[in-house]
Amino acid sequence: MKILVTVKRVIDYNVQVRVKGDGSGVEKENVKMSMNPPDENAVEEALRIKEAGKADEIIILSIGEEKCQETIRTALAMGADRGILVKASDEVEPLAISKIVSKIVESEQPGLILMGKQAIDDDSNQTAQMTSALLEWPQATFASKIEIDGNSAKVTREIDEGLERIKVNLPFIASCDLRLNEPRYASLPNIMKAKKKPIDIKSAEDLGVDVSPRIENIKISEPPTRQKGVMVSDVAELVQKLKYEAKVI
Amino acid sequence: MDIQRESMEYDVVIVGAGPAGLSTSIKLKQINPDLNICILEKGSEVGAHILSGNVFETRALDELIPDWKEKNAPIKTKVKKEKFLFLGKTSFLSWPTWLLPGVQKNHKNYIISLANFCRWLASQAEELGVEIFPGFAASKIIYDEKDNIIGVQTGDMGINKEGNKKDNFEPGLNVMAKVTVLSEGCRGHLGKEVISKFKLDNNNSPQQYGIGFKEIWEIPKEQHDEGLVMHTAGWPLDNSTYGGSFCYHAEKNQVFIGYVIGLDYQNPYLSPYDEFQKFKTHPAISKILNNGKRISYGARALIEGGFQSLPTMHMPGALLIGCDAGTLNMPKIKGSHTAMKSGIIAAEVINEYIVNKLPLSEYENKFKNSWVYTELYKARNVKPSFQWSLIPAIIFTGIDQILFRGYLPFTLKHPHSDHESLIPAHKAKKIEYPKYDGKLTFDKTSSVYLTGTNHEADQPVHLKLKDPELPIKYTLNEYDEPAQRYCPAGVYEVDKTDQNSPKFVINAQNCIHCKTCDIKEPSQNITWVVPEGAGGPNYANM
Repeated sequence: MKILVTVKRVIDYNVQVRVKGDGSGVEKENVKMSMNPPDENAVEEALRIKEAGKADEIIILSIGEEKCQETIRTALAMGADRGILVKASDEVEPLAISKIVSKIVESEQPGLILMGKQAIDDDSNQTAQMTSALLEWPQATFASKIEIDGNSAKVTREIDEGLERIKVNLPFIASCDLRLNEPRYASLPNIMKAKKKPIDIKSAEDLGVDVSPRIENIKISEPPTRQKGVMVSDVAELVQKLKYEAKVI
Repeated sequence: MDIQRESMEYDVVIVGAGPAGLSTSIKLKQINPDLNICILEKGSEVGAHILSGNVFETRALDELIPDWKEKNAPIKTKVKKEKFLFLGKTSFLSWPTWLLPGVQKNHKNYIISLANFCRWLASQAEELGVEIFPGFAASKIIYDEKDNIIGVQTGDMGINKEGNKKDNFEPGLNVMAKVTVLSEGCRGHLGKEVISKFKLDNNNSPQQYGIGFKEIWEIPKEQHDEGLVMHTAGWPLDNSTYGGSFCYHAEKNQVFIGYVIGLDYQNPYLSPYDEFQKFKTHPAISKILNNGKRISYGARALIEGGFQSLPTMHMPGALLIGCDAGTLNMPKIKGSHTAMKSGIIAAEVINEYIVNKLPLSEYENKFKNSWVYTELYKARNVKPSFQWSLIPAIIFTGIDQILFRGYLPFTLKHPHSDHESLIPAHKAKKIEYPKYDGKLTFDKTSSVYLTGTNHEADQPVHLKLKDPELPIKYTLNEYDEPAQRYCPAGVYEVDKTDQNSPKFVINAQNCIHCKTCDIKEPSQNITWVVPEGAGGPNYANM
């Protein structure tokens, strides 16, 4: 079985994101970029499934600018086998991503697709669901445990009420939660080996997918800064402030 | 813990992807493309741990990559105007630039981000085939049985707080090389080890350090003057404390504003961070920053010892270069070009060593015959003259630098190490700093937030106390535990919740790798070691 894992290049989670002065987007120049964290969980899970003898090849797919190759290399250094980069502008919307993934599935015929549950930059949380619809495959979103057994799998999902266990048939698509596993570090020798692993480069046009945006960005701005809290000395003062300053009671 | 380690072999392993190490790698590949070279960098990417003013002199770069302009180096903003101000509390005196010593004239230089320049240098190195591994810290030096350096060990990843292996444990490996180059920057932890082990600083004045702060501000167009370089001395520091500010108007309406304070300051109540914050409220400075927005913050220790403190830079199997040795030119307030040149010389010596078996000690001759040596020699008497306080030092520096051009027939010594300079708290005057206004001045927490600093939380504390009791038992009474104030990132706190038994708290995950604690702790009780690779700040354009 092949496993297809999608990875997205995003601004590193440690970086304080800054909105550009003209409100056209966020500053990405010279900012540290890295793999979307839940995608790392997806890569790790694929590796564990392969190590358990239940898969024989892991393919990493990333969609975006040329530099997404670095993100693919990170996954290859963790242990994945080969990569595919579909070149497109860096702001491809979830529907277009899903269409591209579907096209890659047609040619690669994986038995399982693993994705991060959402990207930390746009927080869309749509790609897995849309891809599932386009492929007419079962979906198991927010997975915190995946147990593959023959032609089906038991998946534990993180939901608002607690944990939900479902059974899905292969092939299916899972979106991975951070609780799924602890991603491994890439070792130096494996980083060296990853440099020699193949990355196939295609473009969205090659695949016949129209990636032009359907959403118009009007303006991006920072959330208003929160006012500092004040200490009140007693209940009377609190009521006073709520009534006359905050005007909420 | 018994750990099986893999080995990798290189001709040359370089520790630290700063201007010195990167220049070594590029020069080596230029003269001998067959050499296998790798660079280990503890930051998450090249540039993530680089912080500098920076007004850049291109001399070394012109030698290394003469066509840097065509290769689109991020060196664009030429210095076009200079100012030097002496600040009083609310007034200032503008010092005519023609009265400045030649080393402080910058008209041929550029305002750059050293972090971005290093990113570009790294891309040049990689094109030549140098292998750069960011996120991998060199944690130990490997010696053979005769104490020759034969490589370095990278840090283990995935060790928990208690020192046990986690599920994702990944052992560090041995990177073996014919020559090891230590280019970690000021107060590198491996550099510190070899200086002491091989007694490289035996005949020197003790090394002198400063702590440098930098913020990047985006300011209104009308307050911006691209290409303007301004330095100040005086307020808020008193006359016995060595230091001053820089304010560089870069591209995109940004200013790089910063402050450097000599770590030989005496008053344990002095807070370098707060001096910097206070400095920004001076009318001559606030008029530049008003209605602007602070977008970056960072701090790093820097070398101030210069010529007298420069250790021997070669040892069996290794070279110590850049500010890991201490090649910064303090009166010039520049170290990038000298670091690069020290790296270029290293490359020439290493190639001769590998190919023709010439000894690494050749470094000494080559260095002495280079312009770096002359530069550092001429600059040598400026910093030590400040032990006589500001005014005499300025008069002396005028005579030394303008009349004698650095060739006075004697060399002043640095009297003591920085950790010896504090006076006991009961003899010192308490300093009250103004509250942060959230517009020009900010607290440490919000500042550290801008550095993008992160460390894996579940790992051993990387700031080691030789005696864990000492901070409370001795340093708190004697010096009111100055770590609370000299640390620019709020790593050290004295928790007095229980009045009878205060606790010394180390918030190691806040550490921005500036090394000030390792330098200034009065009993040298704190040792900075590398945390797990990729930990530390994530500076973007510093």
